[in-house]
Amino acid sequence: MISLAGRDIMHAWGKFVFTGIGLGLLIGVTLTMAGVYRGMVDDATVLLDSSGADLWVVQKDTLGPYAESSSVPDDLWRSIRVMPGVAQAANATYLTMQVGKGDQDVRAMVVGIVAGEPGAPGWPPQLVAGRQITRGHYEAVADLAAGARLGDVLKIRRSHYTVVGLTRRMVSSNGDPMVFIPLKDAQEAQFLKDNDAILMQRRRTEANPAFNRPEVPGLLDAVIASQTGNSYVNAVLVRILPGFTSQEVAEPIRRWKRLTVYDRTQMEGILIGKLIATSARQIGMFLVILALVSAAIVAFIIYTLTMDKIREIAVLKLIGTRNRTIAWMILQQSLVLGVIGFVVGKISATFAAPLFPKYVLLVPIDSLLGFGAVLAICVLSSVVSIRMALRVDPAQAIG
Amino acid sequence: MSAKGIRIERLSKRFGEGDTAVLALKDVNMHVAPGEVVGLIGPSGSGKSTLLKCLGAVIDPTSGRMILDNTVIYDDGWKVRDLRALRRDKIGFVFQAPYLIPFLDATDNVALLPMLAGVPNEEARQRALDLLTALDVQHRAHALPAQLSGGEQQRVAIARGLVNRPPVILADEPTAPLDSQRALTVIGILNDMARRFEAAIIVVTHDEKIIPTFKRIYHIRDGVTYEEAGEGRGFT
Ligand SMILES: Nc1ncnc2c1ncn2[C@@H]1O[C@H](COP(=O)(O)OP(=O)(O)O)[C@@H](O)[C@H]1O
Ligand SMILES: [Mg+2]
Repeated sequence: MISLAGRDIMHAWGKFVFTGIGLGLLIGVTLTMAGVYRGMVDDATVLLDSSGADLWVVQKDTLGPYAESSSVPDDLWRSIRVMPGVAQAANATYLTMQVGKGDQDVRAMVVGIVAGEPGAPGWPPQLVAGRQITRGHYEAVADLAAGARLGDVLKIRRSHYTVVGLTRRMVSSNGDPMVFIPLKDAQEAQFLKDNDAILMQRRRTEANPAFNRPEVPGLLDAVIASQTGNSYVNAVLVRILPGFTSQEVAEPIRRWKRLTVYDRTQMEGILIGKLIATSARQIGMFLVILALVSAAIVAFIIYTLTMDKIREIAVLKLIGTRNRTIAWMILQQSLVLGVIGFVVGKISATFAAPLFPKYVLLVPIDSLLGFGAVLAICVLSSVVSIRMALRVDPAQAIG
Repeated sequence: MSAKGIRIERLSKRFGEGDTAVLALKDVNMHVAPGEVVGLIGPSGSGKSTLLKCLGAVIDPTSGRMILDNTVIYDDGWKVRDLRALRRDKIGFVFQAPYLIPFLDATDNVALLPMLAGVPNEEARQRALDLLTALDVQHRAHALPAQLSGGEQQRVAIARGLVNRPPVILADEPTAPLDSQRALTVIGILNDMARRFEAAIIVVTHDEKIIPTFKRIYHIRDGVTYEEAGEGRGFT
């Protein structure tokens, strides 16, 4: 027996190839959308990996420091460091903002890390060039994605920072590149008030008789100092000692310090379940729409191809072709269209992925699922045409 | 009574029920011996196609008897279970239009039938080629239908009707699209094939130019057949 579907496809190859390419571009978009989601999950994972922390100690009842704002006193880390099971504890600040570079600015996540303590949690684990921050002020380690080079000067708020080191794929869960600066500078950047506001506050404080008491010298200065100083950070990152579970270490901190503590799994849950959940649903909607459009295209083209052959199908039936042979012929054509589409889609997604501004991660399982979905869509789309073909009356071939 | 070839007894076909019922065939009697080509002639709407459809087992008669090649296939009900196999193995069809499969070349259009019956591809193609040679279109064996002239297409279609060596061939206005020269050629081929393969052939037509070529003719009008035994007529 010869392959009827194969012969028909060879005969009408132009239709198949062009429809296949159109379908393929749609499938390519679909695969890329899935890749965008995977990229976001990967960004979140990379963020947690690169923080080097086992536990995140944040303000009570917040989802900080990445998904919500959180502030804890910047001397808290001292008391956490001596809790059982704690190997290291370090302050960290996170602030997503516009960072000036030359006369442009890029969106970046500015991370404040404790200067002079290389390897503490929060520090970039690996540099691709340059060195870590050694001075307490005005040095920065920036990610390549920020477009920075060694020696560049970055402007964060009113201060300038020299780039001394570069990282690769250190990004926030939004995919924004990270810029690491010394903690003190970062605190200032995050909580800094502008000069006018400082002057206004000083004037208000001076006008308050409760603070401005000439009989207590130095009181006013102390109050003003405490108002303008910034003694908060967003989180304390904790690394635990081997042999301890994160639960064992987290529980006493929660209980005694009245703080919220997240371990790695919980943090992943927050980032993926909450921070990127809306984007994920958004992408999910797009995938559904794209699947429907693809199905419509396949169904339409298979339907027209079958309509064109109604006479021939009647003849085939009259001369004794089994219904199953005819159904299989139509199904095969639909599947071939799907396979062409998938190959074109996979290739176009692979070439397009690096061109996207955010990280697009194409994982094999998505391709596999996509392939399965394409075949399923093709089978479903051919149902209408197969039903129509099976209903063709062989008597139609005779006068 | 020998029942080789085609024998039809009191065959009736009614379309619809009640007031709107149309009696398309009324107690039709007909017989065609193996090796014989008979004409079936009648005006439009007289029941010619209906008769071919009943014989071709694509519609159900209402009552009567049909015997093909010594087998009672219908006796107030179908006596054969697999009508599809019956069509494939016992009946060759030639239509008014060639209705060739556009994506198969001439050889495979013909070879498809034996292939459907399970004959290996090579053998099926050889049979097809032999027939195409007999019909003098072997030089177009690998052309697609769209590349063939009308006459060539019709010859390929005839080859398809003959390739399974069916004892019965039903041809519905096979010469309608052809000029008289080609029409006569086609009838010549059918006569030749009937003799060679011992096939009983019914040719439905109202094509004046080929009517004189039949040795025997059935006329049909309003579903009733009359035999016209024409002495001295016939294709030579
Ligand atoms: N499927 C059908 N339903 C109802 N009436 C039909 C059907 N097919 C044919 N007829 C009627 O049966 C009669 C014979 O039709 P047909 O056999 O097609 O004639 P012919 O082929 O001789 O022109 C006509 O009156 C036609 O209207
Ligand atoms: Mg007719």
